[in-house]
Amino acid sequence: MIEKADQIFVLLQHWLVSFLPAGLQPVAGVLLSVVVIVCLFPALFALAVWMERKGLGRIQNRLGPNRVGPFGLLQPIADGIKSLTKEDIVPRSADAAVHFLAPVVLVVTVFMGFAVLPMGRNMVLADMDAGLLFYFAMGASTELAVFMAGWSSRNKYSLLGAMRAVAQMISYEVVLLLSSVAVVMITGSLSLTKIVEAQNHYSWGLPHWYIFTPWGCAGFVMYAIAATAETNRSPFDLPEGESELVAGYHTEYSGFKFALFFLGEYLAMFSISGLGTTLFLGGWSAPFSWLGWVPSWIWFFSKLMLSIFVFIWMRGTLPRLRQDQLMNFAWKFVLPMCLLNLLVAGLWRFMGDGWPRWVVCSAILVLAYVGMGWGEMRRKHFGARSYRYAE
Amino acid sequence: MLGEGILKGLAETARNFAGSFVSAERLTTVQYPEQRIAPIEATRDFPFLVYDGKDWEAGMRCVACQICEKECPPKCIYIVKSTDKKPDALGKMQIYPTRFDIDISVCMSCQICVEVCPFEAIKMDTEFELSTTDRFGGLLLDRKQLSKSNEHYHRIHPTEAAEVDARLAGEKAKSDAKAKAATAAAAAKAAAAPASSAAAPSPAATDAAPAASAALAETDVAPGGNGAGNPAVGPADGESRA
Ligand code: SF4
Ligand code: SF4
Repeated sequence: MIEKADQIFVLLQHWLVSFLPAGLQPVAGVLLSVVVIVCLFPALFALAVWMERKGLGRIQNRLGPNRVGPFGLLQPIADGIKSLTKEDIVPRSADAAVHFLAPVVLVVTVFMGFAVLPMGRNMVLADMDAGLLFYFAMGASTELAVFMAGWSSRNKYSLLGAMRAVAQMISYEVVLLLSSVAVVMITGSLSLTKIVEAQNHYSWGLPHWYIFTPWGCAGFVMYAIAATAETNRSPFDLPEGESELVAGYHTEYSGFKFALFFLGEYLAMFSISGLGTTLFLGGWSAPFSWLGWVPSWIWFFSKLMLSIFVFIWMRGTLPRLRQDQLMNFAWKFVLPMCLLNLLVAGLWRFMGDGWPRWVVCSAILVLAYVGMGWGEMRRKHFGARSYRYAE
Repeated sequence: MLGEGILKGLAETARNFAGSFVSAERLTTVQYPEQRIAPIEATRDFPFLVYDGKDWEAGMRCVACQICEKECPPKCIYIVKSTDKKPDALGKMQIYPTRFDIDISVCMSCQICVEVCPFEAIKMDTEFELSTTDRFGGLLLDRKQLSKSNEHYHRIHPTEAAEVDARLAGEKAKSDAKAKAATAAAAAKAAAAPASSAAAPSPAATDAAPAASAALAETDVAPGGNGAGNPAVGPADGESRA
């Protein structure tokens, strides 16, 4: 019974596919999974938008949407209808083909990333040996879509937004990769299913998730920072900084194309949270061994929604960074920490079991963090701002 | 330590998030269309034209001096002067606007028109539910739509309106006093003139004072009389143009 609940989607898929001739079955199975993913995540997107608007409202002591349906739950549907009925405007001097393609490319590449995410036991669309590599290849293509949008719009704000986006995404792509490399080093595999399996062990009822190791914890924090920047979420939402760039790279988009950008942004958030969950939070494994009977996919999606909630929380808290702060932070702080983390992961691997590796690895990371943080803070001058005027 | 501020901030927002569920007084939002809060007195959005008395056309304070039209930064006021005059609320003959339009889709609520108007004729309204299905015509208000009574002004901005009324009363008193002084001077002159030139007998001199005041009464009416021919057609004219 428990087995059945855990594998319900897999069994359902097999059952549905079994009606087809044997030759068609593999293709049909994949297509079915694709359809499910393509329907499920936009539904989750609607829920996340509602959560975000409600959550931000509560953080600011407001109620948030509460008119459409109970607790405003139907708000996403109303928004969807609105964006469908809006006029789709293409600027006269825009490059129409690229302008049209940009949101499509964005959404498609973001969806591709979901293919390799294990969303439950045996629930992965394409179990590739180099799944992580594939994921990052797809993740990097979203930058292309963003730049296509900014460039084809023929609008200075769009272009500025796109330039910022590309600069930011490329800088943080490095951090994202390097923080994941530690996981690959320890697991010895690029396959995301193997990475989850490696974390799905328990001692004293507690899981062996990578976040509970010194290098994993540091790696997770850096991964989270990079993921926020990758998905252009606040406080790294410079590419679409409303206060300075209208809406950044999607300034010239309206109607459903704008909705696609919006969707793409949230899907990217889901997929990057999903990857973070897989890499550091044990993917679909249960947080305690005695909770192992709960279906694995419930754990995956709970962890995913929890990460989304943290994204929303951060958005409600932090002000936007300046471009130079953003770049300095990536290259001067997070990147060195990442490199150090690789070293620490190596140490962890070769120091064998036992407590010394815990002490040594934690000490190195904490000292580096405190030391670098102190160095960074020392150069900052807080207090009254002084202005310089042109003579 | 680095990152401390972020944690503090996260704690603060978490407190607000949780607090908004437990204590209702944190939530300052009102459910607008059903629930309303009275606007604060200094609220302003778009200008309106003040009129005294009952009839908006007769009581309109605006004398079409076009100062506001010239000063309005986005140039959203359009005024056409009348060619005739009509008595204003004080009974003085004045020209008036036969057309006074404000395009509130352009107006930026800067209140400059109010500041520059020397006649206290234009003031800021607090009406904000102005949505319309016609975004061009529906937002171009003509003088009839713009006219609101002084009572309305008192209702929305009591303090300011009281000040304006006091100022207007003061001005009226002053101009009345001036008029009186002028008439008194004229009377004295009139009294002196017959006395010196005709060298009339003393009973005639005592008679001269009422005569002079009668003459004054004549002159007081005279300005009215001068224009009397025109105002008769004035309002009708205005009506046909409106
Ligand atoms: S408030 Fe400002 S913008 Fe509006 S009509 Fe008056 S002067 Fe013009
Ligand atoms: S509203 Fe005032 S400033 Fe404007 S035309 Fe009338 S009297 Fe002159």
